[in-house]
Amino acid sequence: MKENWEAVIGLEIHAQLSTETKIFCGCATSFGDEPNANTCPVCLGLPGALPVLNNHVVDLGARAALSLALHINEESVFSRKNYFYPDLPKGYQISQFDRPFSERGVLEVMTATRDEAGHVREWRPMTVRITRMHLEEDAGKNVHEGLPDTDRYSYVDLNRAGTPLAEIVTEPDFRSSWEAYDYVNHVRRALQWVGASDADMEKGNLRCEANVSVRRKSEEQFGTKVELKNLNSVRFMQRAIEYEIDRQIKLIESGGRVTQETRLWDDRAGETRVMRSKEEAHDYRYFPEPDLQPLVVTPEFIESVRAAMPELPEARRRRFMQDYELSYNDAAQLTSEIALANYYELTAKAASNPRGASNWIRSELLRELEAADVAVADSPVKPEELGALVRIIDEGGISGKQGKEVLIEMFATGKTAAAIVEERGLAQVSDTGEIEGVIAEVLAANPPQVAQYRAGKEGLFGFFVGQVMKASKGKANPKLVNELLKKKLSES
Amino acid sequence: MNNPDHTIESLSLRIARGETTVRAVTDAALDAAEKLNDTLNAFLQIDRAGATRRADELSAPQSVGDAPRALVGVPIAVKDNICVRGLQASCGSRILANYHPPYDATVIERLSAAGAVIIGKTNCDEFAMGSSNENSAFGPVRNPWDTARVPGGSSGGSAATVAARIVPVALGSETGGSVRQPASLCGIVGVKPTYGRVSRYGLVAFGSSLDQVSVFGLTVRDAAAVLGVIAGRDPHDATTADVPVPDYAAELDTEGARGARIGVPRALFGDGLDDEVRRSVEQSIEAYRDLGAEIVDVELPHAKYSIAVYYIIATAEASANLARFDGVRYGHRTEEARTLSEMYRRTRDEGFGAEVKRRIMLGTYVLSSGYYDAYYRKAQQVRTLIKKDFLDALAQCDAILTPTTPTPAFLLGEKTDDPLAMYLSDIYTCTANLAGIPGIAVPCGLSSTGLPIGFQLLGRHWGEATLFRLAHAYERAQPFTARPPLIATSED
Repeated sequence: MKENWEAVIGLEIHAQLSTETKIFCGCATSFGDEPNANTCPVCLGLPGALPVLNNHVVDLGARAALSLALHINEESVFSRKNYFYPDLPKGYQISQFDRPFSERGVLEVMTATRDEAGHVREWRPMTVRITRMHLEEDAGKNVHEGLPDTDRYSYVDLNRAGTPLAEIVTEPDFRSSWEAYDYVNHVRRALQWVGASDADMEKGNLRCEANVSVRRKSEEQFGTKVELKNLNSVRFMQRAIEYEIDRQIKLIESGGRVTQETRLWDDRAGETRVMRSKEEAHDYRYFPEPDLQPLVVTPEFIESVRAAMPELPEARRRRFMQDYELSYNDAAQLTSEIALANYYELTAKAASNPRGASNWIRSELLRELEAADVAVADSPVKPEELGALVRIIDEGGISGKQGKEVLIEMFATGKTAAAIVEERGLAQVSDTGEIEGVIAEVLAANPPQVAQYRAGKEGLFGFFVGQVMKASKGKANPKLVNELLKKKLSES
Repeated sequence: MNNPDHTIESLSLRIARGETTVRAVTDAALDAAEKLNDTLNAFLQIDRAGATRRADELSAPQSVGDAPRALVGVPIAVKDNICVRGLQASCGSRILANYHPPYDATVIERLSAAGAVIIGKTNCDEFAMGSSNENSAFGPVRNPWDTARVPGGSSGGSAATVAARIVPVALGSETGGSVRQPASLCGIVGVKPTYGRVSRYGLVAFGSSLDQVSVFGLTVRDAAAVLGVIAGRDPHDATTADVPVPDYAAELDTEGARGARIGVPRALFGDGLDDEVRRSVEQSIEAYRDLGAEIVDVELPHAKYSIAVYYIIATAEASANLARFDGVRYGHRTEEARTLSEMYRRTRDEGFGAEVKRRIMLGTYVLSSGYYDAYYRKAQQVRTLIKKDFLDALAQCDAILTPTTPTPAFLLGEKTDDPLAMYLSDIYTCTANLAGIPGIAVPCGLSSTGLPIGFQLLGRHWGEATLFRLAHAYERAQPFTARPPLIATSED
């Protein structure tokens, strides 16, 4: 039945900008402090207090906007969004409404077709139109449990009130839950990449809401949309959207109608539930915030931010594919975060072998990092050292198998590859004379086999190689052994 | 009462000569405040302990190198909507009856640094909403000239304390004339600075795009001295401007009014203007002509819309500004509420008076979805036209002269049942707030019933110095020497 239907999805992302202090006062934005420790008259909404815009928010907002291909407005306006809630100390949120900080972004995002189990089949580009990204303050937090008398009282913690947020709103451009999934991951990576946000959903500094509707494929008109909230991870979001699409299709096919409402995802139950209907929707009575001047950014400022930004992830992936001849998957993996991409390029340079560096990082280093729960940036093996290891292997100093062991020790001890090879006496014998000596001994010790080989039984070649390697305790350079043996055996 | 002359200039001189002490001046002001408060109800809090402590500190010899302080030992009264750490800030409202702010407003920091002694907090219309002081939750203030009459509003308590010679100067606040109007009704000087001239940080907001801390004084020179101390950019208020503050007092004695061009908008001298007020203001115009000023006709074609525009913009902003009084963090909270929405409704129903509720409802309405364009947006457009009227008119003259109020002080209860008639009290004053220009009210005579009459001068943005100079020239030529009968008898 699903084949005749199309889902239409739009997303709203709230990303916390990673400033040290709040958007309109000097209080810290740190996470996990005593309740209400990071507050002052401004973020408590005390009578008479006034907001003053933190310039760092503008800087990070500009980075975020540029990383998402948004057009930054030279003049934007803060507005008051009016509603009552205990976690909102002023009774209004300072946000932006009709003149946002940035708008009209057209973003190319890689998305994958996936099988039923969610495994990637094939990547393809999709175009997402970002309507706008505006700046606003976060609210505080209501606490209903874990404190005395919560049967009678609720508590309010305003540490988070006034934390700077960027709200990123798309057009209804997604047609599946996986497209939405790939887009959110793209945005997370972009924001982290340029240092605008930690974009960590677990810590709540990236939050997502989805507007979902369905229509028959032949229809042009959008169906009635439902807003989904409480999507606490990208995977939850994907599952919630998938559930919601099924729910709406079943509802319509059984003769029902979708009602415009807000629904919460319950991941344990695996379903969405009604939170509020449209009739209860707020009239926010937006109007320009008279306490703040319009936010003016000059073209020079925008250009200076652009100039200071790192090469963006998609551009870097394309460059890795082109310059280093990496596959799409390998390049995509290496550009999943900026620290890894930087690590890779330094390693590739030190190794003079971009593909080798890619293989060693992806198959060996990342496994070690993950096992030790260490970030790439904190890797005990520096990229120059990993590059040196790859170079030793490439030059025949040690075998690839030995290299893996050396890397494990480098990781554990922080020693250089050269030092470990030296200490363990692993250095391959690449001295032609020495190997020739061993070969001579082996040949002298096995005259019948030599005779058989020379008579045409070439299958014995492996036997000689084995004997030479054994005699050299495995240190002889296998490539040289091959070459020299062939030469010796053909002499007579 | 031992203050024969209440000006800052004479107080400072007598303190400097050792004829009196800061402590004696402070005690006298406190005594007068306590003695007259039963009659006037001008103070909501008299801070004898804090003021005497401050006086004693100021009496200690100054350290070498300390900057000279402009207001050493000058007793000052502060409207109860301006935050002073440790004192109450009820704003004339039950909802903040027991609220004590934990911080000083910027103007208070500056006054304290200049050596002023805060005597107490003065009564006002609830949240500065009113023109008669009858909207205070703590009872009306009475006019020292006739205690059956209103002192004007909303800064009626501050006006009455200066008129009654309790203090030489006091702080009020203006949104639509709340200092110039009571100054006029109480026979004293009131100056409303350019919007952005004085910090609003710590002034409890009513209409944020209109509000300015404003000054009462017995003389122009005193008002100028206080404004000079509190004016100037404040990093805590993004709407203050970085415009140099001239030495107002030093400029008073230059040029006078000779050669000045004074614009008179004749259209504003028509219907609704009391005959005695008209005659008195006409005489002031003649006095300026005698001083060598040139009188020119000016037109303010959109001024007739000012009350309508004012009551849309001010109430819209107020509806958001007063949302924070929700019973969650500070101020009154209802005893009886079973749900969150019930707590909000009861708290605000019990905490706010009728006029405040009326304005919150008006402001909420004009911002509502579907009405915003017809009311709020339209009002902002007309506001722009009003501002342009003033810019055009002030291109042809140095100041515009009008009556300050249509009538002298009215009786208590006279207009309480007719909000529209009450709103018309602001007809001459609220234009300056809408245009953001400075204005100064100057007393110019008494009615046949012995009530003060005043005119006002309106000037160009940042042109307070010109207004002080012109007002001072008038004051010298036509000194207003009458005293309220209340004081005359109490000093005998």
